[in-house]
Amino acid sequence: MTTTELLTGGLRIEAHKRRSTKASVRAARLIERYVIPLDQHSGLPALPLVKPADRVRMFQPIAQPAPGISAWLHSPVSGEVLAIEPRPAPHRLGAPTMSIVIANDGRDERFDNAAAVVSFEQISPAEACEHIARGGIVGLGGAAFPTANKLESSLCENGPQLLLNGAECEPYISCDEMLMRERADDIVFGARALLHALCAPNCTIAIEDDVPEAQTALRLAIEKAADARIRIKVVPAIYPAGGERQLIATVFGVEVPHDGFPADIGVVCQNVGTAAAIARWIRDGQPLVSRIVTVTGDGVSEAGNWETRIGTPFSSLIADSGGYTERMSRLIMGGSMMGTSLPHDDLPVVKATNCIIAASALDLQPRGPEMPCIRCGNCSQACPAFLLPQQLHWYLQPFDSEQLSRHGLLDCIECGCCDYVCPSQIPLAERFREAKPLLARELDAHLTADAARARFHSRNERLARLEAEHRAKLAEKRRPKGEPSST
Amino acid sequence: MITALLTVIILAALAGVATVATRGAPREIALVDRIDALLPQTQCRRCTFEGCRPYAEAIAQGAADINQCPPGGERTAQALASLMGVAPKPVGKEYGVVPDYPAVAFIKEESCIGCTKCIQACPVDAIVGASRYMHTVIAADCTGCELCIPPCPVDCIVMQPAPAR
Repeated sequence: MTTTELLTGGLRIEAHKRRSTKASVRAARLIERYVIPLDQHSGLPALPLVKPADRVRMFQPIAQPAPGISAWLHSPVSGEVLAIEPRPAPHRLGAPTMSIVIANDGRDERFDNAAAVVSFEQISPAEACEHIARGGIVGLGGAAFPTANKLESSLCENGPQLLLNGAECEPYISCDEMLMRERADDIVFGARALLHALCAPNCTIAIEDDVPEAQTALRLAIEKAADARIRIKVVPAIYPAGGERQLIATVFGVEVPHDGFPADIGVVCQNVGTAAAIARWIRDGQPLVSRIVTVTGDGVSEAGNWETRIGTPFSSLIADSGGYTERMSRLIMGGSMMGTSLPHDDLPVVKATNCIIAASALDLQPRGPEMPCIRCGNCSQACPAFLLPQQLHWYLQPFDSEQLSRHGLLDCIECGCCDYVCPSQIPLAERFREAKPLLARELDAHLTADAARARFHSRNERLARLEAEHRAKLAEKRRPKGEPSST
Repeated sequence: MITALLTVIILAALAGVATVATRGAPREIALVDRIDALLPQTQCRRCTFEGCRPYAEAIAQGAADINQCPPGGERTAQALASLMGVAPKPVGKEYGVVPDYPAVAFIKEESCIGCTKCIQACPVDAIVGASRYMHTVIAADCTGCELCIPPCPVDCIVMQPAPAR
């Protein structure tokens, strides 16, 4: 199987990872208060299990999943619950969301969850899924989709292929690279647990061609585990090769249907960080209460990767990194291509926080004034989702929902390749990101209107039929006896 | 020379035939269907007609104006104006207020006496229940037309913001 046949578009972007991968992963400083937002994963907010003034211990469950798609939350420290109240959250762009605030007593007393440590081979795949859910494990690639929900969506009898995503294509993020370099054993252990939970025959770990140290570390770990089911696949470092759909196309040569999921073609894709988190939970009884966060950019004194407890404020990580430089201009959570700008740094690290960029004008050149589209077509060549951004842009003004949906606006993955190459400096991805929910709502309104029209029509037909039957009965009654009926 | 000319003519004729063939018979969608597609299908009768389809027929025949649909609001009035080739104008005040948000009916079930009057009034069969049994509105199917509110003898139906989808 050759690679990149199906990865069309995409860009080779100069990587800025070197500066944050010089030092090894260090533990972020402990602080007095941790803020745990209840809705930090995809799906429904978790339901609190504690109330203010309760004592909690480290690793103790503090919120349980709501019915449906949701996840467990655990306390990152031992101490006291101060409040359950709205606090600004980074995944809400700084808007307040319900959070559990915990005061750290600094003793790190562990919650007794010895039962958490299991030998995964001894339990059934369904129990393994359930167990992974109890560890509060969510996808650590950025979307924070509850892992157990994803595993459940793939039926065991189909024996899906497991793909571990180590292709970290965003130019600034290096947390997965550092994880692969330093904790390859965890990843391999997690991969074996996932293979068991999915009844998958084999596991492919995708890794980019520009991280040789990580490749070596993983190869050693696989050798040590002596598990023939796990293999490594090197993919070219093209942005956005690490996007789930793009990676599946690159590795397996099969495209995920635009209206389907990877499970539809028998693939389950998980981030390498998620596998490592599963290993820590199953092997060590440590739920997902910390993760590696990259702090980088020209706006901090010393870039690096930090093992950070969930709920640590960004400002504390910035202080760990030696504080801001004079050139600091913008704070971003996520990568430079798809991350979101944040208003301030008094926001907690959540499970989805893979990277914090303190950007200067050197990192992100300020966008020039927007000029008209000259229809050069660069954007459609760069688009990895086979779309025509110039046409989508054309149909946005005025908003033409029919054409936008025909041209697949909803399939835009918001990677930002189109505005990266746009010579007219049009913020295309930003426009598409805003337009997508509008279009989805409009299409939904069309569907409900069609359904209402159909019900109105069938009701009118039914009423007419009943009326006709009624009249026929009346006529039958009034007819004198002996006379033949008219029909 | 002549062969060349003939070839060109024949090719041109063939191309013409091909164009016509691919285009085929023009599939004209009836005006009334195009109007109906623009209407929100609330079936609320605020336009003074018996539903969205009758209103569409009236517009097509020139018997009604394009600004008689409050649930559709400004957008529907605009779309109708451009379809009919007339100047756009805001929704007429005499037809009712344009709602700020989509709403659905809700039956306060502890007060419902099971009279079925609302079921008969609902234009889109969105209320379930039987005589002397509690009724309830299927929120996903309710268009928010408010036609069930006046017939209720115990005033147990209220309008609520539509649930998020």
